[in-house]
Amino acid sequence: MVHEWALADALARYIVYRISGEGKKNVKRVIIRLGVLQSIDKEILGFALKEILESMGYQVKQIDFEDEEPVLKCRKCGYEWKPNMNVFGETIREAIHFVPETIFSYYKCPHCGSRDFDIVKGRGIDVTLIEVE
Amino acid sequence: MIRLDPRLLAARERLSHIKLVVPVMSSKGGVGKTVIAGTLALLLTKNNVETGLLDLDFTNPGLHILLGADIRSWPEEEKGVVPPKIYGVRFMTAAYYSGDEPLPLRGRYVDEVFKEILCITRWPGVEVLVIDTPPGIRDEALNILTYIPSPKPLIVGTSCPLAVHSVEKLIKVLRESNHEIIGLVENMADQPGPLRRLSEKYGIDYLGNIPYIKDLDTAIGSPDKLVELLSPYLARVIEKIRTIIS
Ligand SMILES: Nc1ncnc2c1ncn2[C@@H]1O[C@H](COP(=O)(O)OP(=O)(O)OP(=O)(O)O)[C@@H](O)[C@H]1O
Ligand SMILES: [Mg+2]
Repeated sequence: MVHEWALADALARYIVYRISGEGKKNVKRVIIRLGVLQSIDKEILGFALKEILESMGYQVKQIDFEDEEPVLKCRKCGYEWKPNMNVFGETIREAIHFVPETIFSYYKCPHCGSRDFDIVKGRGIDVTLIEVE
Repeated sequence: MIRLDPRLLAARERLSHIKLVVPVMSSKGGVGKTVIAGTLALLLTKNNVETGLLDLDFTNPGLHILLGADIRSWPEEEKGVVPPKIYGVRFMTAAYYSGDEPLPLRGRYVDEVFKEILCITRWPGVEVLVIDTPPGIRDEALNILTYIPSPKPLIVGTSCPLAVHSVEKLIKVLRESNHEIIGLVENMADQPGPLRRLSEKYGIDYLGNIPYIKDLDTAIGSPDKLVELLSPYLARVIEKIRTIIS
């Protein structure tokens, strides 16, 4: 079982935490924003999220994902760019999959070579909508 | 509406079965936190306590070097990641993923790595989790105190006035936030010194002094040697931890 389960478990706990006060057990729809930097397997994440919520006594009808493309911005020269994750080999992509900030170990600003850049967008996972019925 | 980071909810769950979380802390750098954290984990394991060890010094990780651990063998994926056992200690570090490359991080990214690692790491069977921390009272230290349920820090310092003053400030922060301090260790000191007086002043258990050991650097990377050199001096720390968890 891959590590997406741990993330799904975090999302499930969050969803329950948000709706438990309402006393409703049916979730009509959730939208999950996914930062592409982390290359999360949506199928596994969605499957795991459903399973975990069911084990906690909640039904989910629909899970939608919104991809957020990564944008990086250099602090030194101000260059802003969309990284192409395919330039990395398998191992580095895996490392970033587990801990996205390891991008600071393997990537530099293509314009000035600085490692002091910001991840403006495209990192992490967030629940942007929960509809209960 | 109260918004929480989902990862923190999961992180709490991952730690919920652990009897005791011991961050080895010092606001002063270079006083022996890493050496003591790593050796303490080895000694607890030798004393039949299932022990986990977590390196939270992301930008300057040292535990894998101390233990001679091969960071090329990553934690297994099993509904998260399960750190491998090194000399019987379940050992987690971001260095598995950053490898031999530097990992420069501004504060907000330290925060992200902290939450990510605590969310994905599982500690099956672990009773005591020892955490190595960087110096200072910044993101890593504050994260431990704010997000980890009831950590009980072990404070390390030396007899140098610079360390004594620094450690006193850390004690104040811990006291204000009602954290129970396991005790204080005075490192690289041939006899009890100013840190014993400091522990008396604050009513903290003084868990002993560790002399300056000339050969210590030759033991880095050799767990057996670390244990041999340091076990006489960490006996009281082990005893205190065993009392707390029994
Ligand atoms: N009792 C001791 N006798 C001799 N040398 C020691 C002793 N304790 C630690 N050292 C040495 O002191 C140095 C610093 O130790 P260590 O890296 O554990 O400190 P630290 O507090 O973790 O540092 P940092 O604040 O950078 O994380 C190392 O070279 C270590 O081998
Ligand atoms: Mg250290």
